Amino acid sequence: MNTADNQNDFTLRTQNISAWYGEAQILKNISLGVRKHEITAIIGPSGCGKSTLIRCFNRMNDFIPGFRVTGKILFGNRDIYGASVDPVEIRMNIGMVFQKQNPFPKSIFENVTYGPRILGVRNKVELETIAERSLKHAALWGEVKDKLRANALTLSGGQQQRLCIARALAMEPEVLLLDEPCSALDPIATAKIEELMQRLKESYTLLIVTHNMQQAARVSDYTAYLYMGSLVEYGLTTKIFTTPDRKETEEYITGRLG
Amino acid sequence: MIAETRVQKTLRTQKRNEMLFKLTAVGAVGFSLITLFALLMDAFGDGLPRLDAAFLSQFPSRKPAQAGIYAALVGSFLVTILTAAISIPIGLGAAIYLEEYAKKGRLARIIEVNIANLAGVPSIIYGLLGLELFVRAMKLGRSLLAGALTLALLVLPIIIMSSREAIRAVPLSIREAAYALGASRWRTVKDHVLPLALPGTLTGIILSISRAIGETAPLIMIGALTYVAFLPDGLLSPFTVLPIQIFNWVSRPQKAFHTNAAAGMVVLLALTLILNAAAIFLRNHYQKKSAVRSL
Repeated sequence: MNTADNQNDFTLRTQNISAWYGEAQILKNISLGVRKHEITAIIGPSGCGKSTLIRCFNRMNDFIPGFRVTGKILFGNRDIYGASVDPVEIRMNIGMVFQKQNPFPKSIFENVTYGPRILGVRNKVELETIAERSLKHAALWGEVKDKLRANALTLSGGQQQRLCIARALAMEPEVLLLDEPCSALDPIATAKIEELMQRLKESYTLLIVTHNMQQAARVSDYTAYLYMGSLVEYGLTTKIFTTPDRKETEEYITGRLG
Repeated sequence: MIAETRVQKTLRTQKRNEMLFKLTAVGAVGFSLITLFALLMDAFGDGLPRLDAAFLSQFPSRKPAQAGIYAALVGSFLVTILTAAISIPIGLGAAIYLEEYAKKGRLARIIEVNIANLAGVPSIIYGLLGLELFVRAMKLGRSLLAGALTLALLVLPIIIMSSREAIRAVPLSIREAAYALGASRWRTVKDHVLPLALPGTLTGIILSISRAIGETAPLIMIGALTYVAFLPDGLLSPFTVLPIQIFNWVSRPQKAFHTNAAAGMVVLLALTLILNAAAIFLRNHYQKKSAVRSL
């Protein structure tokens, strides 16, 4: 990492993060900073720990029996894994979109307003405003504005994933974590989501895990290459994909791109 | 080609085995259906002619022609409602705790095995427990409440197990979606897990309650009366239930009482079938409402 960087450029900073499932060490001493209002991609082969890493940022790993983590993740000045920190509050500020689209089997409106309703928003007009704003943000409003009461499961896969993004945006988080958000989608739906990400980075900090290197090259500003739980290289996407410093990075990238 | 005869031979054996298996399966279904049918015919043949409004609305009597099941019917109804009211909240609560809150470790496994064991304990042993605990230690006497508490203990393991099964079947992705939005465990359970687990839970609950309706041994054990010429007037009132009334009539020497017993059986069977039908209806209804099992 460039030492000349100002600390305020980073929304999230990990310091020596190591993680275990039971005896197996998944992450080894990872330190990286996620830059504000940029898209950071985490790439690497299956099993390299990239999903585990992204799930550390909103403490979703807490639910996995036998999971253990050491090190710090700073969100502003607070350590996400600090003793006094409530993971529920962290998750309200750091939204997440999952590999497989997972809308609630309820109406589109109920899906997108679920977060605000947890926060106690009951006023119908207010909820409608939030729904419209979030759906517009997720580039879904035009397609669903006439059927907000329809079950979310009637939407196509790509629409469902954008609904999940809208649902996360409704909480107005600072950061949006995307864990392989396009892996279950066709190329057209994927293109829509990638386009959406470019617009979202104006207001949010985005962190995406992807196994698709072209996707990382297309959408991200910074790329981290993870291998066997270690951070091999981290830097500007243009540099990682053209003149990486490390030989391993180059081998991975050229091997995949053929 | 060697393969050709080989393939044909394999195909022939497979076809034969397929046939055999199908026959066995059809035989198994037939056996169960014939048994059920014979049982129904027997009970209906003897009992149906005896069944009339008076039979349902009269108290027991020494004269078989004047005897009815009014007290037993009302008793069964009240005991069932009480049993449900006691066992459903406790069973659901336990299932939610074990699935959503408890750490999955050795202790959880021991508890799981023991609940399964409890479901297999003969009902008369629950009767003994009920007699000691509710009738004597808690001094509830041979009351409606003591009976319902005993039956609640009996059905509790089944309710817990079927509810856990249903809760476990709710996809992890739904829980993650809620957690990632900042929902607490309880909110996730209340808003998403329970509604999705409802069909499975209901089925388990209703099937276990319909088992409770037919239970005789534990209630005899705690001393439910066999001759009740009044309706229970409170939780601590003595009572009787349908199976006990039937049992009582069958053990009489007079033939006419046996006819009464058969008629009682028809009522009991009808009640059980109605409850089972309700279970199926409710399950289908809620499954359609949340057709997401595949998620």
